[in-house]
Amino acid sequence: MIEIIKNTKLNFIGARKVTYIISALLVLNGLWAVYKIATGQARMGLDFTGGISVQVQFKKDVKVDDVRGVLNKAKMNQAVIQQIGEPADKVFLIRVGTQELSGENASGTLTQMLKTETGDNDMAVLEQNEIGGLVSSQLKEKAFYAVFWALFAILIYIWIRFQLKFAIAATIATLHDVLAVLGILVLLNKEVDLLVITSLLTIAGYSLTDTVVVFDRIRENMKHILKTTYQDLVNVSINEVLSRTIITSFTTFSVAMCLFLFGGNVLHTFSLAMVIGVVVGTYSSDFLASPIVVDWENYERKNRTGK
Amino acid sequence: MQRRMQITAFITLVLIIFSIVNLNPPFDKKDSQGNIIEKGKIKLGLDLQGGMYLKLAIDTDKMPANVKLEEAVSRALEILRNRIDALGVAEPLITREGDKYIVVQLPGVKDPERALNIIGKTALLEFKMADERDKISEMTDAAGNTVASKIPEGVMVLADKEGNRTPIFTKDLLTGNDLVDAKVQMGTYGTPVVWFKFSPEGGRKFAELTGDNVGKKLAIILDDKVYSDPVIKTRISGGEGIIEGNFNLDDAKDLSLVLRAGALPAPVKIINKYVVGPSLGADSIAKGQKSIIIGALVVVCFMAFYYGVSGLIADFALIFNVLFVLGILAALNATLTLPGIAGLTLTIGIAVDANVLILERIREEMRAGKTIRAAIDAGYHRAWLTILDAHITSLITAAILFQFGTGAIRGFAVTLFWGLLISLFTAFFITQSIFDLRKQYKTLSI
Repeated sequence: MIEIIKNTKLNFIGARKVTYIISALLVLNGLWAVYKIATGQARMGLDFTGGISVQVQFKKDVKVDDVRGVLNKAKMNQAVIQQIGEPADKVFLIRVGTQELSGENASGTLTQMLKTETGDNDMAVLEQNEIGGLVSSQLKEKAFYAVFWALFAILIYIWIRFQLKFAIAATIATLHDVLAVLGILVLLNKEVDLLVITSLLTIAGYSLTDTVVVFDRIRENMKHILKTTYQDLVNVSINEVLSRTIITSFTTFSVAMCLFLFGGNVLHTFSLAMVIGVVVGTYSSDFLASPIVVDWENYERKNRTGK
Repeated sequence: MQRRMQITAFITLVLIIFSIVNLNPPFDKKDSQGNIIEKGKIKLGLDLQGGMYLKLAIDTDKMPANVKLEEAVSRALEILRNRIDALGVAEPLITREGDKYIVVQLPGVKDPERALNIIGKTALLEFKMADERDKISEMTDAAGNTVASKIPEGVMVLADKEGNRTPIFTKDLLTGNDLVDAKVQMGTYGTPVVWFKFSPEGGRKFAELTGDNVGKKLAIILDDKVYSDPVIKTRISGGEGIIEGNFNLDDAKDLSLVLRAGALPAPVKIINKYVVGPSLGADSIAKGQKSIIIGALVVVCFMAFYYGVSGLIADFALIFNVLFVLGILAALNATLTLPGIAGLTLTIGIAVDANVLILERIREEMRAGKTIRAAIDAGYHRAWLTILDAHITSLITAAILFQFGTGAIRGFAVTLFWGLLISLFTAFFITQSIFDLRKQYKTLSI
């Protein structure tokens, strides 16, 4: 039998003064990110901003400056040009905001111009994406509702299955994880798009799973461990499921890492969010959700004995 | 225990047969020339196989007043179907979304720009009389812009393909709705022209119109552009005519195609367009495959290394999980997208959680002094509720993602949802039955 974790007696709850501060910082950073998104200072994906993006691969020797020249000619001066992969691949991603859209099928016109102006007739159009303002606002709305309903539904489920204090602690931990991951992504100046929102919700589900496992054990232990303090009981419970926590986090972390390393450009931010999310989600069950339950219980007990 | 094993074995067998039948062949079977002999059962999303996605909105501002939106959208759907059928795209998907949107998906379309040209054209053909009495110069200001107040009642100004403006009487005489056929023909100078034929009713109207206006100019207008304005020499009774307009052959072909299919009841606006080239799709498939294979290998090897034979049993269940999920996706005709592959990869990492929970529990029970058999039973028994709780939270998020997601996101939600649901069965019941194959254990590799 190989055991990484053996009969640990780590004091998770004892560390809560430190971890509350860490969590508060993560949440503040997350709220800052939300503020930046709301005020349009964060980098948002095309899904949310609207506009066009074109990804082309040249066969001839075309440089960034050449592409810039074509864009200026097309009166798309504000376009962002990004070279993807190795310079030898000659793959360019060009993004133009909505306000510069000249009319219908702007992305088609742009690719045609890139082809004729550079004289590269074999230029391959890898991807064209054109999103009108109406669609992007619909997508924004949908993303908002998805986040809202997911958190709401999870909360209801936890309320049905656990006592109120567990439900609230789990919800706080889940919100914390979503904000923490979003905050880190915005801090790293990653682009927030629909896929990132998807990963945030997946993280919410995953993080809650982790919390539920710990809570299940606390509830089970409450039935037959009566003599110890509540803090010890929670500590014992966390330690008992610690090997499971670490191993599941490890397997999920590994697959998320594989997606990050090999999944390519499309999945880059999505998988990065997952990688961070697995770590944060695991951390929050042991260092945030459980301590909240302990503090709540202690507060209740003090009130009861105080009477 | 016996009965439970039998039921599990039966369901497993059914699911295996179901998956294999539904998945055969998983991907397109091609002959040596690269032609598809048999379509693969796994439907690949546009992001993986390349193609075009279009979301169109009916331009309600330009819709004729007597047409209801509902009718206009239904009619537009029908006409777009006709046009796309004529274009010859395999498995197009044309659906209505909301009250005024139409989504067109053309997987594997070879020339997206041409397809867009055909789909986006309103193709409203109109025959009106040119206004030869008023001069365009009298309707413009000093800068050459037309001034609305200077345009006489019942007259409008339209441009031809070169941008030259001519006054046209607004009165509707005939439209493309009276057409029954259109074809490309070679004109007198060897340039392609589009020949059209009216219905008997349309032919009668056309004869009347031409008979009444001999010597005058007839404007042939397509989508508010004057294509030609020939002088009517004589009454035309054959119900046929041609449109000239310096077409090249492809333009003429496309025009005759859209004329045959009919005009859209109102212009459509492209509000969302997504085109993926085949090379990017192939690249995404390769990257997705690599991620999922390496990810699965890491998890499978780790489980076997850490839990020995018990880990191998979990791996065995994991393989069934992936097989069943793909089988269900194929049966549901769901689309596999790149995020879908990511969902499947994540499922592999998350699905073993159930096994980890069970195996850790068995270890605990063994440490507490139980016999191996009793530890296994207690492990499964006690882990069940936790596993259920843990799965339901993730299933809720997957279901909500499916509800609110579009395209690729839906692909993710679908694989995650089924992956988790199936793992309840594979990770719990299948592995339990394998453990139950032996009644007593002297040792257990765990």
